[in-house]
Amino acid sequence: MKREIPILITLITGIFMVVTFFIPHWPFGDMEQRALIWFSIVSGFAMVLGIDSLLAPHFKNIIRRRAGWFHSALLIFGFTATLIAGLQSGLVRHSILAGDGWFMWVYLYIIVPLQGTMFSLLAFFIASAAYRAFRARTIVATLLLVSAVLVMLGRVPIGEALWSRFPDIQGWIMAIPQTAARRGIMIGIYLGAAATALRIILGIEKPYLN
Amino acid sequence: MSSNQRMKKRIPPVVCAWLILCAGLLLPDSRADAPPDGEWWIKVADTPNDDGRSLTITWWTDPAWPADFTGTLLRHVTGSEGQAKPAEEIGPVPLVEGVFVDESLSTSRIYKYELIVQTPESGVRTLLSEPLSPKAQWFNREKINILLSVVIFTAAIVLFINLAKSGQRLYIRKIAGLEAVEDAVGRATELGRPVFHIPGIGTIGDVATLASLSIMRRVAKKAAEYATPFKVPCCEPLVMTTAQEVVKVAYAEAGRPDLFRPDYVRFLTNDQFGYAAGVDGMMMRERPGAILLLGWFMAESLILAETGNHIGAIQIAGTDQASQLPFFVAACDYTLIGEELYAASSYLDREPVLLGSIRGQDLIKAIFMVIILVGVLLNTIGSVSGRGSEEGRWPVTAKWFNDLFHSPGGGGE
Amino acid sequence: MKIIQLLEGLGKVDRRIIFLLVFLAVLIPMFVSKTGQIRPEEPVKQAYAAVDRLKPGDVLMVSIDYDATSEPELKPMLEAILYQAFQKNLKVVMTGQLALGLPLGQISLDKVVNDLKEKHGIVKEYGVDYINLGYRPGYVSVILAIGREIRDLFQSDYQSKPINQFPIMEKIHNYDDIGLILVLAHGATIDTWVQYANGRFGVKIIAGLTAISAPDAYVYLNAGQLSGLIGGLAGAAQYETLVGVPGGGTRGMPAQSWSHILIIILVIIGNAGYFITKYLGGK
Repeated sequence: MKREIPILITLITGIFMVVTFFIPHWPFGDMEQRALIWFSIVSGFAMVLGIDSLLAPHFKNIIRRRAGWFHSALLIFGFTATLIAGLQSGLVRHSILAGDGWFMWVYLYIIVPLQGTMFSLLAFFIASAAYRAFRARTIVATLLLVSAVLVMLGRVPIGEALWSRFPDIQGWIMAIPQTAARRGIMIGIYLGAAATALRIILGIEKPYLN
Repeated sequence: MSSNQRMKKRIPPVVCAWLILCAGLLLPDSRADAPPDGEWWIKVADTPNDDGRSLTITWWTDPAWPADFTGTLLRHVTGSEGQAKPAEEIGPVPLVEGVFVDESLSTSRIYKYELIVQTPESGVRTLLSEPLSPKAQWFNREKINILLSVVIFTAAIVLFINLAKSGQRLYIRKIAGLEAVEDAVGRATELGRPVFHIPGIGTIGDVATLASLSIMRRVAKKAAEYATPFKVPCCEPLVMTTAQEVVKVAYAEAGRPDLFRPDYVRFLTNDQFGYAAGVDGMMMRERPGAILLLGWFMAESLILAETGNHIGAIQIAGTDQASQLPFFVAACDYTLIGEELYAASSYLDREPVLLGSIRGQDLIKAIFMVIILVGVLLNTIGSVSGRGSEEGRWPVTAKWFNDLFHSPGGGGE
Repeated sequence: MKIIQLLEGLGKVDRRIIFLLVFLAVLIPMFVSKTGQIRPEEPVKQAYAAVDRLKPGDVLMVSIDYDATSEPELKPMLEAILYQAFQKNLKVVMTGQLALGLPLGQISLDKVVNDLKEKHGIVKEYGVDYINLGYRPGYVSVILAIGREIRDLFQSDYQSKPINQFPIMEKIHNYDDIGLILVLAHGATIDTWVQYANGRFGVKIIAGLTAISAPDAYVYLNAGQLSGLIGGLAGAAQYETLVGVPGGGTRGMPAQSWSHILIIILVIIGNAGYFITKYLGGK
């Protein structure tokens, strides 16, 4: 029964959600929206489990003075400080997004620069990845290389200064062959997703169960 | 004649039957409104295919008026026990449009509509409709083409699953990335390094994450057999709890439950780049021998893949996010593109039932390709022969074909 | 031999040198290089035209679906569109699918309102000309709920004040009262907006996306499900050119131009090294 009940719940819920898509009559019409709200509520409570998973190993590192325990202490300090800042904004300023609250200070002066820094790594990594990967080993690889160069030149003013047709070529590549290839990939992906969902609903595949 | 050949013979009639059914069921209602006879009128009707909260009011006045000439529409409500409420003004309505959909109504009330038109020539004229209660429909007829598609899709999958169960051998082409999974785990074992399985930043509701969890069980079992540490940094608490159970059972199946450590499957953060930074830190410190990047990724994909490349790990990546595939292709040794990720669990297990579902999916893809080709042909001929006009045999045929696949709710310019 | 080794080494440049070159290619042009002529491409022109078609008093809903990571690319688009919207006397209603994106949107809104007042004498009042409804969790359910009645989810604005006290919200109930939606996103929320808001309710949408996500949206643009598309910092610069208000997008073009040229040069060098190694290895 330990295995059968979850599979039965998945089957009934899956078929029910598919059926409600076609039935406007109450209570089926807004069932999709309600299910999404329930999912948000469950996810919120699951965050408690996540916090335990995050903090427990770091507490153990500190207590047992394992290698790198100082970094664990920093993590717990950061977590606690942000929690206090959020509470101050929520309780004193009545909104964690209040402009003069502590939380927004932490967000604007610590989180924003850190997130921006991480995102900016992409610029460096894309250069090294392009240098390493864009080799004209085969005809197809050469096509990829040439189209990448044309798109890069067409996107920026310096490309247009070199030759006025680069932006038009770039626009054509983005609008036609790129879109056509992406449509083909997306059709395959959505069919695959539908087939995977069907296998899960019918209980043929049970990744959530083990 | 083999079962496969019999199947292939059935495809064209199935597709034709589907098209005919869709066309027949999508034909407009034969009960059209009576043509106007010069007299003004107002009618109220239940809005079709809805949840019973709207009525459609139509009227006919003078079509010669300018487009911005308005009248006042009032709503009279009678409660379920016969009590009438004061008339509510819905607002000015453009008279030439001739239609208004009143929403947020109740099936337990009766509604009557009054249209007040004021002109210098005829003074104030009032039109009053019959009373009516909105009704909810049990089936949205506009979605019948979607329902038929779901039925045919499901039938194809079930058909091939049954074929597979009957012992039919089904061919699946080789997928290099999946063939390399065992080698990757073996390589990590030889180097004495852990294996990282990164399920991405998706939620447990994302199909890519579920596909990643399916693969995780098989790879974790292999790692358990080799006694190689298997680590799963997670971005979502629900994914983490599920992954912990999956890995725990995989270790038990391999006969090594003693090797399982819950803190190997950890929640880092649900911030995208915080997660990327955390995983990168783990990679740089622990130098895994094999990294599997399977799941739902966004912009952090290149950061993860490049770092893995830098430390010399063998990397197998797979995602359904087409925008991230170029980064994985550039930085990883093997990449599973789109549906190859979904097929991975079936491929690794080689269970006939799972392989059957992949073949069913391929059949539907073949049907889609035929439909696309037919659509392209009809629309091209229609566009060329019609020369921009929508009249003529081919433009009308192309429009009829396009309407078969129309989804309700509008969309586009 | 040394020359041969050098030529072979072209294909094996240390990634730290590449990182340094990228850093210089981004930093130096910010101070010394001119922007050059920016020609708006067709999807950006379509987005501009979609806003331009709105009449004074029409409602533009702005959804801030990005956070700090994508702010450098999307903030210039937002500010350029807000300039255009306020100059056309459109009503702006701001919301978002990311809680931490809304403060960034509000900062841009305040900046544009102040700039218009100080530089052009155009005064816009909160609650009359624009409003920030704040964030509500739910994502898809929020998009669906707005289609029925916005007050089902948004009874107060981002400062917890009841929205019914603001004149701007008098006639706004659902998508029927919204002329155009602008979605500024760094992720997959644009798929949801197109599928639900445009697919079910027929409301027109223009999208401002990061350069990574923009290629995904061309399928929607070609199918007519999007009325316009602004992609990346280059798209932001193009939109600023159309509006006539140079901002962060335009300022970023020299750095982007030279970093693109650098990557092309690196690719050529890498291929030269590859072919020399292959040729010499074959000999």
